[in-house]
Amino acid sequence: MATIELDDVTVTAPTADGEVVLLRDVTAHLTERRVAVVGANGSGKSTLARLVNGLVGAASGSVRVDGLDVATDGPAVRRRVGFVFTQPAAQLVMPTVLEDVALSLRRHVKDKRERETRARAVLADIGLADRADTSVHALSGGQQQLLAIAGVLACEPTVVVADEPTTLLDLRNARAVQERLLSMDQQLLLVTHDLDLARRCDRALVVEDGHVTCDDDPERAVAHYVESTLS
Amino acid sequence: MRTLPLGLQVPGDTVWHRLPTGRKLLGLVLLGVGVVALQGPWLPLLALAVALAVALHAGVPARSLVLGVRPLLVLLAVVAALQTWQRGWPVAVEVVATTLTLVVLATTFTATTPTDDLLDAVVRAAGVLRPLGVDPQRVALTFSLAISSIPVVATLFTQTREAAKARGLERSPRATLTPFAVRTVAHAHAVGDALAARGLGDPD
Repeated sequence: MATIELDDVTVTAPTADGEVVLLRDVTAHLTERRVAVVGANGSGKSTLARLVNGLVGAASGSVRVDGLDVATDGPAVRRRVGFVFTQPAAQLVMPTVLEDVALSLRRHVKDKRERETRARAVLADIGLADRADTSVHALSGGQQQLLAIAGVLACEPTVVVADEPTTLLDLRNARAVQERLLSMDQQLLLVTHDLDLARRCDRALVVEDGHVTCDDDPERAVAHYVESTLS
Repeated sequence: MRTLPLGLQVPGDTVWHRLPTGRKLLGLVLLGVGVVALQGPWLPLLALAVALAVALHAGVPARSLVLGVRPLLVLLAVVAALQTWQRGWPVAVEVVATTLTLVVLATTFTATTPTDDLLDAVVRAAGVLRPLGVDPQRVALTFSLAISSIPVVATLFTQTREAAKARGLERSPRATLTPFAVRTVAHAHAVGDALAARGLGDPD
C-alpha cells in the first residue's frame, strides 16, 4: 500500500488584503487502504486532497507520496496519484468513451492498438464496455463519473484521490460509484459529506477551519464531526 | 441520433474511413482552398453537390447534415440578402454554396476520422517543430480541447440564458453575457485542473 505523508503543511491563498490560510500545520501519515476526509463546506478538506497530487502547493511543510516530494517530483507523483473530481464533465475531454480513456495513456503508451486494448480492458472492468463508442455527452451523470474513474485507473495509479465524487449523483449512481471506489486495490483518499460512506473507510480525518481536529477510527471521527458541527 | 456531436465518428468501412488521416487532413485543406477559389454560381453549387454525395457515401446521416448546418442558416440568409443587394444573386449563391460545402466537408472529415487518429496526425505534423521547443503532445491536446469545448460552451450559454430568463432578465444582455463569461472561465479552470491531475501537461 502507498504512503502519503503530510508534515506540518500550511496552505495559503492570496486575497486583496494579503492572504488567507486554507490549511494550517497539518501532519498525517496515511498508510491505510481507505482514508476518508470529512468536514463542512469551506473547511479545507478539498485543499488537503488537492495537495496530494500537486494541484495545490504548500506554502510550508512537505507532502510526499511513496517518498516522492510533490513539490519537486510532481510528474512522478501524478503518475502514482489519480484524481477524481466532483464534476465529471470537466474531466472528460474526448468525444467518445473509449477515446477519453485512451487519452490518459497517450503520454506513456505510444502504440495506438495497445492504448485501445488497455482502454477497452479498463472499460470492461468498470462496466462500460458496451458504451465504448458512445459520445461522452450521452452518458448519465453516474456513467460519466465511472468513466472519469476509468480514465484514472487506466494509468494504474497506486493512490486514487476522490473529491466528493458522489455529491451530484442520484442514489443508484452514487451507490455504483461508491462500490467501485471502495473495491479498488489502490489506496483511496476520499473526501465526502456522506458519513455512512466515511464509516466504511479504515481511517477518517475531520477538517475544521483549516485544521485537522480529529484523526481516528471512522466511527469515532464521524461522531466527533457530528458533535462539533451540531453542538 | 438527433445531431452528430462534434468529433464523433460514424463507424464504417468506406474509402473515406480507410484513407490515412494525414492525407485526409491535407486533402481537406487543399479542397477547402480550391472550393473558396471557385467563381460564379454553378461551380460552387456543383462542389456542394459533390460534397453532399461524399458525405452520404461516407454514411453521415442526412438528418445530421441538415441539423448541423441549421444554426448557420440565419447567418447565411442575411449574407445572401446582402450579397444579392450589393453584388447580385450569382455572388450570393457562390458565397452560400461555398460556406455550406466547407461545413459538409469538415463534418465528413470528423465523421470518418477517430479523434485519436486525428491527434496522432497532429502529433506527427507538430513533430517538426520539436527543435523549436514545441511539445507535439501538447499541441494535439490543445486541438482536442478546442473540438470538445464547442458543445460544452454552447451548453453553458443555453443554461445561462435560461437562468436569466427564469429571473425575468431575458432582455438584458449583461444578465446573460457576464455570468456566461464567468462560467466559461470557471469551466476552463476546472478542465485545466483535470488535465493537470491526469498528468497531461507534464513533460515526457
